[in-house]
Amino acid sequence: MTTHPDPAVRETPGAFPAAPAEPRAAVVVPQAGPVDAGRTAEPAPADDWALGVDTVPRASGTPEELQPYAELGLRDDEYDRIRHILGRRPTQAELAMYSIMWSEHCSYKSSKVHLRQFGEKAPPSDRLLAGIGENAGVVRVSDELAVTFKVESHNHPSFVEPYQGAATGVGGIVRDILAMGARPVAVMDPLRFGAADHPDTARVLTGVVAGVGGYGNCLGLPNIGGELVFDPSYQGNPLLNALCLGVLPVDRLQNKAAAGPGNIVVLLGAKTGRDGIGGVSVLASATFDEASEQRRPAVQVGDPFTEKLLIEACLELYDAELVVGIQDLGGAGLTCALTETAAAAGTGMRVWLERVPLREPSMEPHEILASESQERMLLVVAPDKLESVFKTAEKWGVLATAIGEVTAPAPDGQPGRLLITWCDQIVVDVPPGSLVDDGPVYARPMREPADLILLQADRAETLPRPNTPEALRETLLRMIASPNLADKTWVTEQYDRYVLGNTVLAQPEDSGVIRIDERTGLGVALSVDGNGRYARLDPYHGTKLALAEAYRNVAVTGAKPIAVTNCLNFGSPEDPGVMWQFAEAVRGLADGCLELGIPVTGGNVSFYNQTGAAAIHPTPVVGVLGVLDNVADRVPMGFVPRPGGDHDQLFLLGETHVELSGSEWAWVTHEHLGGIPPQVDLGRERQLAELLAEAARVGHLSSAHDLSDGGLAQSLVESCLRRGVGARIAVPEHFTGGSMPFVYLFSESAGRVLVSVPRGHEKAFTALCAEREVPWEFIGVTDPAGGALEVHGQFRIGLDELRAAHTETLPRLFGGQEAAQVEAARTGTTTVLPATAEQPVDVAAAATEDGSADGRPAEAIAPQAEVTDDVAAVSEGAADETTDGGSGATEPAGPEGSAAASSGDPDQPAAPDQR
Amino acid sequence: MTARVGVVTFPGSLDDGDAARAVRIAGAEPVRLWHGDPELHGVDAVVLPGGFSYGDYLRCGAIARFAPVMETIVDAARGGLPVLGICNGFQILCEAHLLPGALTRNQHLHFRNRDQILRIESAGTAWTNAFQPGQEVLIPVKNGEGCYVADPATLDQLEAEGRVVARYLGGNPNGSQRDIAAITNSAGNVVGIMPHPEHAVEALTGPSLDGLGFFTSVLKHLVGAPA
Repeated sequence: MTTHPDPAVRETPGAFPAAPAEPRAAVVVPQAGPVDAGRTAEPAPADDWALGVDTVPRASGTPEELQPYAELGLRDDEYDRIRHILGRRPTQAELAMYSIMWSEHCSYKSSKVHLRQFGEKAPPSDRLLAGIGENAGVVRVSDELAVTFKVESHNHPSFVEPYQGAATGVGGIVRDILAMGARPVAVMDPLRFGAADHPDTARVLTGVVAGVGGYGNCLGLPNIGGELVFDPSYQGNPLLNALCLGVLPVDRLQNKAAAGPGNIVVLLGAKTGRDGIGGVSVLASATFDEASEQRRPAVQVGDPFTEKLLIEACLELYDAELVVGIQDLGGAGLTCALTETAAAAGTGMRVWLERVPLREPSMEPHEILASESQERMLLVVAPDKLESVFKTAEKWGVLATAIGEVTAPAPDGQPGRLLITWCDQIVVDVPPGSLVDDGPVYARPMREPADLILLQADRAETLPRPNTPEALRETLLRMIASPNLADKTWVTEQYDRYVLGNTVLAQPEDSGVIRIDERTGLGVALSVDGNGRYARLDPYHGTKLALAEAYRNVAVTGAKPIAVTNCLNFGSPEDPGVMWQFAEAVRGLADGCLELGIPVTGGNVSFYNQTGAAAIHPTPVVGVLGVLDNVADRVPMGFVPRPGGDHDQLFLLGETHVELSGSEWAWVTHEHLGGIPPQVDLGRERQLAELLAEAARVGHLSSAHDLSDGGLAQSLVESCLRRGVGARIAVPEHFTGGSMPFVYLFSESAGRVLVSVPRGHEKAFTALCAEREVPWEFIGVTDPAGGALEVHGQFRIGLDELRAAHTETLPRLFGGQEAAQVEAARTGTTTVLPATAEQPVDVAAAATEDGSADGRPAEAIAPQAEVTDDVAAVSEGAADETTDGGSGATEPAGPEGSAAASSGDPDQPAAPDQR
Repeated sequence: MTARVGVVTFPGSLDDGDAARAVRIAGAEPVRLWHGDPELHGVDAVVLPGGFSYGDYLRCGAIARFAPVMETIVDAARGGLPVLGICNGFQILCEAHLLPGALTRNQHLHFRNRDQILRIESAGTAWTNAFQPGQEVLIPVKNGEGCYVADPATLDQLEAEGRVVARYLGGNPNGSQRDIAAITNSAGNVVGIMPHPEHAVEALTGPSLDGLGFFTSVLKHLVGAPA
């Protein structure tokens, strides 16, 4: 954490009237030319440019040449600071480098002053092997093994170009994990979109889901969970957060320091192209406006096959101990990797930029340095290991190129310099630390949003509530069919959850559980959660609630929570109201982690999730990781089928209060957002987690399911439908009368878990609850033979009716295109046939794979022209009108088939959940 | 002596480790084979695992069929070597002309991963003799291009010769003609299957243990096979 020595660099409101209100949409290629009338000078004649590039000597000789720093997102004072550091004007390449490294996305200039709380308040942990500031936090889970995990955003690209934005979001976080020395073993995808029935949501969601799946599936990483949330506040700013989990032997931990002068700097992986130039500065660090459509070239394009090879090559290099340091190339590309590795070691670096393999030979130095082409890693290799590195790269068919070497620090102990040449012309000569550590730091003005006090006064507890059995029944069916609570299978079955063969639990379970040691059964549980509505009403407690929910989701599996990651999605930091929300959220997370005794190991900040003046709900997404000593002890969420009329007893742990503000019910039935979110007591969450771990260990639990959005009703339905086991419950006496049964079923009070306990265990279990001081209520029994969910004196709903309501929503909203395709294919089936078996029809299938990336999935279905036309026509029509795709439910292999073949089928052996 | 079952790794293979694990759980010794090495290292059978060989940027399996190891496998398969192609492996077997027909884009155009019920139609192959004909099994399916297509004559021939090895039940996940999930060659030693038996071999991680039968079958076959 660095505070800039020059106070002038810190922001004071109104001190820089000339500064642009927000970074302008940039033409990324800097060209000499008049930009700011206040800084007039004679532009240098073009023929001064050596080989067409702006060199250091030329920059020294033309100090007053105009530079397009404002277009690149730099402010006047930031530009002055660069000139001060260099003692001259920056070259074109240097200016590009500073502009991206000092962007909000890379420098955390607005968030730094707040984020340091994560370190200051961190509870002591002897498990942490690498923490904040590394590519990802690394946590020891046994004597031999460590895991690393991190969540990152790729929000802006996923709006501009959903498929590639999402795909490269996954690719980027996977490389972060890889850079720590770990094998990536699972991904998760917390997603947020605008209103489910908004036409643009269908465009963004289908593209994002296809992108997450397309990249992750092809990489061979199981997708074990995530979130899918709809809210109008995300309409112009969907959130694509991606989490990756990796496993490494403790002694294989890698670091990014470019140590050892004389060592070789090797670029490994894909060639460098013009894609993604300006991604961090132009896309990620500015609010959206009408010009956003034009920024599609700033989105990177993913190639998961190359990334798969890169993973295997890197792991082989680690095991053979061939690398000194390694860094992934993500946002800010080569610029970030070169400067961070050198700065981390205090060394200098000499780079021959013309050696970088290019996709487009016409690329100029500043473009090569700024490119965010995917699937690249930077290695630091001892000279005698270079041949072995090349050999491994060749084995995996990955390009490896020596592009530079590490140079010594200055004799006076000062860090070395990064010297980059282009065909023997010096284009960059900078102290690498000045880009990494000396960027501007702002204590931005903060102010509680003016509307907050009114918003909090408008409590959902005053809304009219259902108070008859009929109204309650209707409310339940409406709630479980609402987009945020509906079954997510339509999305999650587009993801591979089986690959690698270690997935013990995956969505829709509360946590994903991955076995990391086949010999001992050691495993980890992971959950990511956030609730933007709670955070909007109270960012401090809303963030604590997100932490509590993720923590509880891990605890219900029987795992012991040990570490936290986070992705903080907010509007513009230049808005004092947003900045206040951010500061409150960070304070809440840091305090919460201290109370729970688990450290934040890393994370990511995403600002500027804002269109015009409309910011998203503040959305801190919190990931919690837990350890299971033996994954065979994990507790699933579904009620367990029992033969011969046997059943389990149902207990609700925790206390239920009248807490409806910010709830899913208030939103679905009244479109209401107001009041104060549920109380959060992290001490109680901790007691609850310890109870669950102990109860799981001794076998008291058949199932355990967290209560959150939608309250007890939602958890009951999910636990019933998971394996097709009904339940009979009764509302406790103090919740009878009037609308109190409704409150019991739909309140979103925190700190609650629904558990089923096998017969014979109930006494021991309730004694354990008493001992751990966790409140419990006996609420009923599972009813494997009954085939229904019954709330005594209120209603009885058959599981088929529940399943239909719960599973039809997403296919109806987003499966329109799918249904149309099936219909078209069905009617066209007889003509699609190939002439002979030896001449397959799928000549165009590979093209379809590519085509779908561009949102043109139907262009190349089959070679027969008339069929292709039909299918394409139907497809396009469906894509335009996805919202009225009500025929989705009629698709033959649609929701009914899905329900029968997956989680909800009572006949399904469902062995993973068998205990 | 323990049977040795080779599992090929192509660049982009993803389920090779899972296939090797299944071979081990079935009681055989997995032997990892490399796409660039034509030598089969004396294995008694071969599994071509799932994944995206060479990225599947061309037709799925179209490049893998030209890998050096495939030339040896094609010859050996014609000589009776048991070969199981799973998912991408099935696609490769079709591309290599060891099996007829082709796997095309799922009709609904989405990758789809679900637990799928299959009916074993033929228990006479090297890879399904541990099952009863008509037996229903639960095995994960996960693919983007798993829609089996062939011309009507070929389909009729497959049916007539009992070479449809397994069919989808309770909903066709990808639009395959005649609900075909797996087929075999006329000798019964080469089987291509779209769903993933290697993901149903452990109670902890799979929806069932039904997948194990494919791997124990080949051991049974090898014991009974003439030396």
